[in-house]
Amino acid sequence: MTTNGSTDYVFETDGLSVYYDGKLAVDNINLQVKRNHITALIGPSGCGKSTVLRSFNRMNDLIPGASVEGKIIYDGRNIYDDSTDPVEVRRRIGMVFQKPNPFPKTIYENVAFGPRINGYQGNMDELVERCLRQAALWDEVKDKLKENGLALSGGQQQRLCIARALATQPDVLLMDEPASALDPIATLRIEELMHELKEDYTIVIVTHNMQQAARVSDYTTFMSIDRSNPDARIGHVVEFGPTEQIFTNPQKKETEDYVSGRFG
Amino acid sequence: MADVPIDSGGGGPLAFLRTQAARNVYERVMHALLFIASAFSILVTLGIIASLFGEAITFFTANPEVTLREYLTGTEWAPLLQSNPQFGILPLINGTIMIAVLSSLVALPVGLATAIFLSEYAPGRLRRAVKPLLEILSGIPTVVYGYFALVFITPQLERIIAAINTAFGLTDGPGEIEINLFNALSASIVVGVLIIPLVASISEDAMRSVPRSLREGSFALGATQFETATRVVVPAALSGILASFVIAISRAIGETMAVTVAAGATPKMTLNPLESVQTMTAFIVQVSFGDAAAGSINSQSIYAVGATLFLMTFTMNLIGDFILRRFREEYE
Repeated sequence: MTTNGSTDYVFETDGLSVYYDGKLAVDNINLQVKRNHITALIGPSGCGKSTVLRSFNRMNDLIPGASVEGKIIYDGRNIYDDSTDPVEVRRRIGMVFQKPNPFPKTIYENVAFGPRINGYQGNMDELVERCLRQAALWDEVKDKLKENGLALSGGQQQRLCIARALATQPDVLLMDEPASALDPIATLRIEELMHELKEDYTIVIVTHNMQQAARVSDYTTFMSIDRSNPDARIGHVVEFGPTEQIFTNPQKKETEDYVSGRFG
Repeated sequence: MADVPIDSGGGGPLAFLRTQAARNVYERVMHALLFIASAFSILVTLGIIASLFGEAITFFTANPEVTLREYLTGTEWAPLLQSNPQFGILPLINGTIMIAVLSSLVALPVGLATAIFLSEYAPGRLRRAVKPLLEILSGIPTVVYGYFALVFITPQLERIIAAINTAFGLTDGPGEIEINLFNALSASIVVGVLIIPLVASISEDAMRSVPRSLREGSFALGATQFETATRVVVPAALSGILASFVIAISRAIGETMAVTVAAGATPKMTLNPLESVQTMTAFIVQVSFGDAAAGSINSQSIYAVGATLFLMTFTMNLIGDFILRRFREEYE
């Protein structure tokens, strides 16, 4: 893995460890996320993929008893520095969740929510339309923007959530198993959408679906549980590299076992 | 562990229950008993409504001096006068609504703020401690609240009014603000305090049933805690919050002892909360405590007032129920 200067990287973690109620959950994570690429986090369930993802926008702060050690350098600054405002971090780093979670508001108000709280001064109608187009949802909803977002299908709801995340004009989109609650056709649409979005955004995606990681990502991080101490369920990074290498020529035996379906 | 045989094979006083036929009979008897128990409360309610409206209708039919028109539009209520009694319900409705509105001004904002704090800000331990305290607050007999208003709140109000009079040079002048010992404001404050737990508790339940995923969605967009609470959680829980408002207002309308003690017994068409007023409930208490003979116009009048009160609170409850169902958001 070569490093071409730190500006290529949106995130660099340095010794990131997360604890829940004082108990180590993920240990000493060191990885880089390359700008305008898709980085996938894969691994067996419970290995801490989502925990690592949620560290990137300080969502773990919201869980009582969670604490973080180490650094995540974003834009030259440690987002866990005392002087960093987590609200500001989340404005610049968008997130899409496992289960679609549109607000019980109109489609329009769902997208306009982020810009409104952030004091957006421009033309809201244009912004809403642009974000819905970017999320490949505009044609399906343009005649019913005043309808409740919860009335949409699951796949449409998830694209609405993507549009909502794009509306705050973030640098990065974090996606936590964004297609796991969707049917195969809706999943395919989300994957196509990710390919389009990486022109403008950096994407980090957690997925338990190896084929999905292979299809959509440029880089893959394989995480697993520390097997010398399985009861503690401490997650760590086994291997990180270009997706093709992880899937065709893994350097570690554990990675090979996992991607070839021998465990997990 | 010793093995206890499930069927000891005959004997024992309940042995007959083991035959299938006996079990079926037993089942049918229990079914009937449970039905009678639930029918009981409904029948009693229907009986109350029937006697309430029966006597109320008698009030109008048996007394030629009372007309429905006067009852609904008259602005003077003096049914107990020997000569020239007056039967306009509006002063009682005026007093009732004034206290309901003023107490809502106290209870709705404070109750909602309490609910937001408990649901969105308070750590679990604090919430578990405060919720039972709220329930205790609503368990205090309301006559205690009325007494508290009379001996504590009213003197404070008197002091504040005196200070205002002094500050603006109104004392002994034509513009001097006067406050009655019995006044609607003092009663409204305690009724407001009395219904805060209702608003807080129901609203908090509604807000806590909003899925965590909605809050996360809001935080992930860079919303603060307060923005998340007020722009996502409150709107998502709106049906429950509005229902708590309606139930609380309904409770304020029906509240009896606190207003009887603190607001006085002067039926009056006034919008001045510093004056004494009489609510519908307070009138019913007043007549009930006197010795109104059954069948007299006095005793019939309280049925008419009671029926009117019932219609008001019943309508409020219907509205509350409608709001709950109409605006409920279904989450998976």
